[in-house]
Amino acid sequence: MAIHSREARHGASAKSALRPPALRLEGVRKSYGHVLAVAGVDLTVQEGEFFTLLGPSGSGKTTLLRLIAGFERPDAGTIELAGRDVTSTPPHLRQTNTVFQDYALFPHMTVADNIGYGLRIKGIPKAEREERVQTALSMVRLAGLDKRKPNQLSGGQRQRVALARAVVNEPEVLLLDEPLGALDLKLRQEMQLELKRIQQKVGITFVYVTHDQEEALTMSDRMAVMADGKIEQIGPPVEVYERPATEFVAGFIGISNVLERNGIRFVVRPEKLHMLEEGQEPRSGMTVESGIVEQVVYVGMSTRYIVRLDRGEQLVAVRQNMDAPGQALRYEGRRVRLAWVPGHTYVLDHQRARGESALSEHDTEER
Amino acid sequence: MESFWARFALRLWVVLILLFLFLPLALIPLYAFNSSNIESWPLAGLTTKWFTTTWNDPDVQTGFALSLRAGLTATALALVLGSCAAFAIHRMTFFGRDVVSLLFVLPLALPGIVTGLALNSFFHFTGISLSIWTIVVGHTTFCIVIVYNNVLARLRRTQGSLIEAAMDLGANAFQTFRDVTLPLIGTAIVSGAMLAFALSFDEVIVTTFTAGAQNTLPMWIFGAIRLGQKLPEVNVVVSFVILVTIIPVVIAARLTGGSGIARTTTAR
Repeated sequence: MAIHSREARHGASAKSALRPPALRLEGVRKSYGHVLAVAGVDLTVQEGEFFTLLGPSGSGKTTLLRLIAGFERPDAGTIELAGRDVTSTPPHLRQTNTVFQDYALFPHMTVADNIGYGLRIKGIPKAEREERVQTALSMVRLAGLDKRKPNQLSGGQRQRVALARAVVNEPEVLLLDEPLGALDLKLRQEMQLELKRIQQKVGITFVYVTHDQEEALTMSDRMAVMADGKIEQIGPPVEVYERPATEFVAGFIGISNVLERNGIRFVVRPEKLHMLEEGQEPRSGMTVESGIVEQVVYVGMSTRYIVRLDRGEQLVAVRQNMDAPGQALRYEGRRVRLAWVPGHTYVLDHQRARGESALSEHDTEER
Repeated sequence: MESFWARFALRLWVVLILLFLFLPLALIPLYAFNSSNIESWPLAGLTTKWFTTTWNDPDVQTGFALSLRAGLTATALALVLGSCAAFAIHRMTFFGRDVVSLLFVLPLALPGIVTGLALNSFFHFTGISLSIWTIVVGHTTFCIVIVYNNVLARLRRTQGSLIEAAMDLGANAFQTFRDVTLPLIGTAIVSGAMLAFALSFDEVIVTTFTAGAQNTLPMWIFGAIRLGQKLPEVNVVVSFVILVTIIPVVIAARLTGGSGIARTTTAR
């Protein structure tokens, strides 16, 4: 996946030498009354990219999507689609299409009429329209359901119709607003792969909004993590996960173990921690700290060990459940040593540079 | 056994209530076929002669024509004004929206005699002479409310994202309205119109204060009963009015899925 996405990005940047980026935001701000929903966002999405806006609810990601679609006007800043300034263009004249969170299928139209609506409005002749609708239907694996009404479909099928209705128009940018939010876990995981497959097949630029970090990591070429209306970090999933720029990003994506040693704050991911049994020696060059296992949490595929270090901090270590079932629980209350390769940690540079006050607070605490 | 008797009692109670509500109504069409012009049990005999007499009565004819014209005009006006008001209240947020919304619904809550008297004073004050148009104005005040309530309720039940989806797919404001909004609220508009017409067709109180020399059909009934004349004809006309008002109400209930369209407004 990682290799593929790197290729995709290289492909995109090669194209971008000739063409303007699919989407460019500059200094975009939007407030509702006194609430600042989007607080100055700069963003460039290349053609053909699967770009994810990830953040908790209230982080401004959906507002940003609505600004791109044209449902909202920004208070400041510019929005460009394929090099054209569309900041004040109404939604029906923008080359974007949206997959809505609640699907927003027209209940009085059949599946085929729903999918063909955008083409009908554009005045595409009937024969071509029907052909493209059929192609879109088979792309989302719903061939044969064209005569149905939306209320005769399951949640997953509605989701696919909503996707087909947007993709069939071949928009410059396809906007997806938490499209898998209403589906159950199994279906959601299937659709994640399905979406990725469709995106690669049609080559349309996707801007995908989600609060689900796993979804973002699985599908994106690049992702932006948002908090309080601002972008905390932009980068490919591997980079954002392995080298979070801020403590917020570290905490929001995956389990964050933040430690401070010699005035430097850094992140150790749970899967990078080795839990050493008695008598087991760490590999050379590893950092070792000891503590007590406070809690053991069984999560099916793996087990989480919550360890209180002797120096006071709490760390989470994760181990695959490769041993006999139930073995993990015997660790509760035991003294263990945790070891990690210093190179596998990531220093929160950003945080250090940002707030000296935060550091000095810690210094006083230690004294 | 207990549950059997409980169920039996409940059913009996329902039947009694239905009889209480509808027996008097059923009696009138029955009397319309009575061959004697005195209402008494048992019926003296069956005849259809009163239908012919009523049909040829010029007073009934003009009354019916006036009721029909006033009802249709008031409904048409209410359709436009009520729908527009519903859209405005639904779409926009402005200072005092709740007050304005209340003002739209108020004419329904006001007793007819107040509305009638107020309009009568107003027409006198402004020197507007009473005619079919003053009846139309009077009826429109409460017909608007019916359409307004129906359309607003439907708009509130409609997903807001559907409008955005249409715009997103390239539809301009007119196309969005034609292809999405109208089909979704169409049945609400039609059922609102049906109810409004039914309400207007049998209205007496407001009409009494706003009608000129001409009588509407309900006013003709009212007059005939007060004078104790043409009672067999009254039965025929009342039967007809029942039919004309029930049909639109049934259609309206069908269109809105039979839910929530209680014709509570007939209480006025």
